[in-house]
Amino acid sequence: MKTMTTALTAGVLALAPLSAFADSHADSSDPIVIPIHNWSSQIVMSNVVGQILETQGAIVEYVTTDSQAVYESVRLGDVAMELEVWEGAFGASFRAAMEKGGIVDVGDHNAVTREDWWYPMWTKDACPGLPSWEALNDCAALFATPETGDKGRYLDGPVDWLKHGQERVESLDMDFVVVNAGSAAALWAELGAAEAEKKPIVVFNWTPNFAEAVWPGEFVEFPTWEDGCDTDPSVGPNPDALFDCGNPATGYLKKAAWDGMEDKWPAAFATLEAVSFTNPQIAEMAKLVDIDELEPKEAAEVWLEANPGVWETWVK
Amino acid sequence: MVALSKKTAEAITCNRAAMLLLAVAVILTTLQYAAVLPAWLHRIPDAMVPPFAAWLDVVFNFVKDDLGLLKFTRFFTEGLENVLDTTGNIFFGKYRWPHLGPMPWTAVAGVAAVIGYSLGGWRLALLGGGTFVWTALIGQWNIAMETMSVLVVAAPLAFVIGLSFGIAAWKYAWVNKAIRPVLSVLQTLPFFTYLLPAVIFFKVGPTAGAMATIVYAIPPMILMTTLGLQKVPLEVIEAGKMAGCTRFQMLRHVYIPSARGDILVGVNQVIMLCLAMVVLTAFIGMPGLGAKLLAMMGSFKLGRSLEIGITIVLLAVTLDRMSKAWAVKQPVHFDKGTSWFCRHKTLVSALCVIVGFTLLSKVVPIAGTIERGQDFSQGKELDNFIKWLLAVDGVQSVTYGIRYVLNVWVLNPFRDFMLSIPTPAMIMMVVAFAVWLGGRRQGIIAAIFFGLIALSGWWDRSIITLYSVLAAVSIAMLLGIPLGIWASQSDKWSRRILIACDTAQTFPSFIYLIPAIMLFGITATAVVGSILIFAMVPLTRYTIEGLRTVPPEMTEAADMAGATRMQKLVNVQLPLALPTMAVGFNQAIMFAFFMVIIAAFIGTQDLGQELQRTLAGTDLGKNFVLGICVSLMALTFDVVIMKWATDKKHALGLA
Repeated sequence: MKTMTTALTAGVLALAPLSAFADSHADSSDPIVIPIHNWSSQIVMSNVVGQILETQGAIVEYVTTDSQAVYESVRLGDVAMELEVWEGAFGASFRAAMEKGGIVDVGDHNAVTREDWWYPMWTKDACPGLPSWEALNDCAALFATPETGDKGRYLDGPVDWLKHGQERVESLDMDFVVVNAGSAAALWAELGAAEAEKKPIVVFNWTPNFAEAVWPGEFVEFPTWEDGCDTDPSVGPNPDALFDCGNPATGYLKKAAWDGMEDKWPAAFATLEAVSFTNPQIAEMAKLVDIDELEPKEAAEVWLEANPGVWETWVK
Repeated sequence: MVALSKKTAEAITCNRAAMLLLAVAVILTTLQYAAVLPAWLHRIPDAMVPPFAAWLDVVFNFVKDDLGLLKFTRFFTEGLENVLDTTGNIFFGKYRWPHLGPMPWTAVAGVAAVIGYSLGGWRLALLGGGTFVWTALIGQWNIAMETMSVLVVAAPLAFVIGLSFGIAAWKYAWVNKAIRPVLSVLQTLPFFTYLLPAVIFFKVGPTAGAMATIVYAIPPMILMTTLGLQKVPLEVIEAGKMAGCTRFQMLRHVYIPSARGDILVGVNQVIMLCLAMVVLTAFIGMPGLGAKLLAMMGSFKLGRSLEIGITIVLLAVTLDRMSKAWAVKQPVHFDKGTSWFCRHKTLVSALCVIVGFTLLSKVVPIAGTIERGQDFSQGKELDNFIKWLLAVDGVQSVTYGIRYVLNVWVLNPFRDFMLSIPTPAMIMMVVAFAVWLGGRRQGIIAAIFFGLIALSGWWDRSIITLYSVLAAVSIAMLLGIPLGIWASQSDKWSRRILIACDTAQTFPSFIYLIPAIMLFGITATAVVGSILIFAMVPLTRYTIEGLRTVPPEMTEAADMAGATRMQKLVNVQLPLALPTMAVGFNQAIMFAFFMVIIAAFIGTQDLGQELQRTLAGTDLGKNFVLGICVSLMALTFDVVIMKWATDKKHALGLA
């Protein structure tokens, strides 16, 4: 029993290095909690904004959360802000949270977002008519898999992203079978496997995204989005169906915050209002992590050092 | 004699009942195929499905808001958060009281080696120290410490709570009765069902992660504690009573030390389950290795994901070996007058290591932290290797062939067939199986459980879940059992395969998904393939253990009777090992039900997909209904197979 206790005590003591060597901080103001998700640009952007706030003397902490559930956390004040509200992916959750109250819209980034059917460049070699959707449909057989028979396979995002791939195939009468991937990771794995043999593939993708740097590619051009395409059957080429157009090519990218943030951290809130990134800036941030293999924290430091002109005006 | 014939008679009626049920099921299915079966007999009409989810939501909301549970748990959360902040500061230098950390990596590795040495000599010292050196050199120190800072809180809490419940269950029969069914459900409930309540009640982040981990890790601790205490020999108890112990003294100095072995096995289980949750809890904001792994997989960095997986396995193996060594190690007693230093050798050397390395890290910074760029991560090279492997001629055409045959000829037709069976016929088949293998009681349980699933409104998805499990376990049997039989023939290979089993089991299951997709696409084959690896582990392990624990008298008798190796295996060893192998089969099914939910990340149409969807919202009711469907199916198998294994053991005189 004695050695047991000793071993335990040794373990416990290992957790407490000598206090003489410790750094001491006196600041005790509440930390601003910034949520991070599982894609690089958002993580780096959060770190960039976090470090900007730190220059103002704020204490910042990061917490990993689900990108849909986060709006509930913002509403409750568990996290202070959300830096990437994508119109297509999170618009619905954001609007639902706005209706419940507790969350405020802090304005748009300069960047626009797009999410739609997409193919890597090697696909175009096999189907030169691209990016038109009619040309894609004519090449449908190229995208066939053992499970889909003669029809082509379109790899859609997870069902809970609600991308209406199935509805679009039906409304435009396309020769495609929609298969839902279970996660973003699954999409990349299929792309990576297709790349090895340069097999034609068409998947759901979005911009800004790290994938653009790894696999150059293009979006399929569907009939242009018109307001009401998702609610009014008469809008779009097919008069009897919904979702017969492409997604908006210039969706918003918003910032959101807990409605108590302005009172609790007025200076930080003012900075957050001023923050606005462009598409190339976001791509640059993602590249630092995805291609240059920096840790998000270091990537943020590098970006801030390289772009003082961009962010110093945001701090008042 | 009378009892025996009564039993035989019962078995015969059971068999008859099973046959009858099966016949009715076949007739119903035939009618369905002849298209004369009314629709309401094929599937329960939607109108008849009770809104369980809505009812549960009402109950949850009442408990959460009106009874004030949320206030209470949020209050508790703050306490837990303070503790986690403290360990966070010590482990990775989180900006919190006591502002001491982070510990230099050399100090942690040194202490791990010292503890390893005191528990199991140089080998364990090397393993303990080596694990942490690897973690630091590969550039994962911070994230690994983020994980550890939560685990060092969660594991002891799970231990204390489990021990208390275990003691209560041993002391009071009614607690035991009340706790058993809850534990069975907890052990089969998909982890997604733990996660959502954890977020709602304990706030997104490490607190929710810690709570989900604790709940997940408690059941075996409770079971092992109760088991250990029940086994304490009467002589020991009497000795304690004669010494005039009070009730508390009896517990502290008689019962618990005597049950030490079993309790420590429980501790070992707690640690392993905590590590199994490292990746899964990342979905609810647990920082560290799991979160990094998910981010890496999300940006298609296979090499780095793999390295994180190796770190998790190494941590698991180290903690597993150390806790097992601790369980085996007998307490050391010193002579009176031994100096304090001699009695606390480990403590003293650990202290020296900490002071030494902390001083060193002030002079040589690399002994304190390894910066990015100084590490030895081979992520990119591994990625390139995987890409090269896929581009090798023949690899993709072989996998394409497998995928074609399995999907088009086997899996998809099997799924469509399962879905075509009318609900009542399916239930009857399951009941027939339960009655035939288990008995009447098991049949009734199966009927109730599957009846509930039918009423849940998620029948089709449940059947797809069941189909993936059955398909994967069947293939796992075809591969795992022969492997086990072959390995059991030699000591060397038994040991090697068992180590491979340990590794496969502790390796984060998420990582299997990516290669499965790359080889087989987003199809049923990839889903079944990823479950397969997991389900093979217990099958192989228990086959080896079953065959190797056949009493030597039996095999010797067979040898003397002049049996060939094959005859000995088929007629003596396998029948005797069958009950143990059945336990392995049961575990394979449980593991498969666990993994099939994770396979939702490949892309499935089963319960897992719906569960994954609920994770992003606040649909507690729906989440719970889905989780219970999985649990009920798993429990049906559990109840039936375990009954059969116990009966068989008794019949063979092995129990």
